[in-house]
Amino acid sequence: MRIAVLASRVRAEEKLIFTELERRGIDYVKIDDREQIFDLHQREYPFDVVLERCIQHGRAMYMLKIFNDAGVPTVNTYHVASTCGDKFLTTQALVHAGVPTPANVLAFTPESALEAIEQMGYPVVLKPVVGSWGRMVSKINDRDAAEAVLEHRDVLGSYQHSIYYIQELINKPGRDIRSFVVGDECIAAIYRTSEHWITNTARGGQASNCPITPELADLSIRAANAVGGGVVAVDLLETQDGRILVNEVNYTMEFRNSIDTTGVNIPARIVDYALKVGRG
Amino acid sequence: MTASCPECAADVTLAADTMESEIVACPDCGAELEVVSLDPPTLALAPEVEEDWGE
Repeated sequence: MRIAVLASRVRAEEKLIFTELERRGIDYVKIDDREQIFDLHQREYPFDVVLERCIQHGRAMYMLKIFNDAGVPTVNTYHVASTCGDKFLTTQALVHAGVPTPANVLAFTPESALEAIEQMGYPVVLKPVVGSWGRMVSKINDRDAAEAVLEHRDVLGSYQHSIYYIQELINKPGRDIRSFVVGDECIAAIYRTSEHWITNTARGGQASNCPITPELADLSIRAANAVGGGVVAVDLLETQDGRILVNEVNYTMEFRNSIDTTGVNIPARIVDYALKVGRG
Repeated sequence: MTASCPECAADVTLAADTMESEIVACPDCGAELEVVSLDPPTLALAPEVEEDWGE
């Protein structure tokens, strides 16, 4: 089995995956996107499977496209990466697959974004379509805040920040849920609890085990399938009236806080899945 | 195994299982450092987080 792992910065997750590969005696090639030069006329690559673990979405997406076009299976696919890496595309995929999600609108100017926010009613959440770890995700409580944030994004932001992805704020119970899907199985889930409304563990949210109910498993797998399937982490929100909504899907999932918490060897499950994909 | 912090010149101890491209923090100045080589152990300032970084 010829395996390549795409990675630059080696986070705890990459280290765990490399350690798992080495523990099994599996040879692999690490492809560092900072050093690699791709000849776009090259049509073949000597790999049975490529496992993507890049920290940079843009680079991951392009490299996965190159490998997929050359017929090399990847975990995840270019389609999954491009969909999950863009919150608008993720929402589109979820909505059209009938997966419950928070109310969402999209606007392209500060003026129409303000109108959209007023129509939705305060508070709302404004998110960049590309980004992670809760960065630049803004809870907007009133018109003054809306005007301020929209002006800042208009004046200071890059092109991406003139795309206004506006989401209903779900009054969640001090926590959200992250579930981990590998193939057609929801293998684990955690609660992420925080006193802050942003509950990402990268921002201080505390992980604890979340029992996988049939509803949670079903919703997680449906969300994963909606974006193309593979190895993904699904972020879910519990509403006051007992519904569970899918918020986001992550395609290069971080799981360092979820192994001991859930008792599931997540890197081993990822390696198992990559080997299965490589075997075809 | 130790390497010099490029920010403050402190000796940074690296664990035996350290991998290339791993990120470590300098215990003296707190700088985020990338292990750019293991032979010899060499550290560089880690790149700043960019907009599309994440999971």
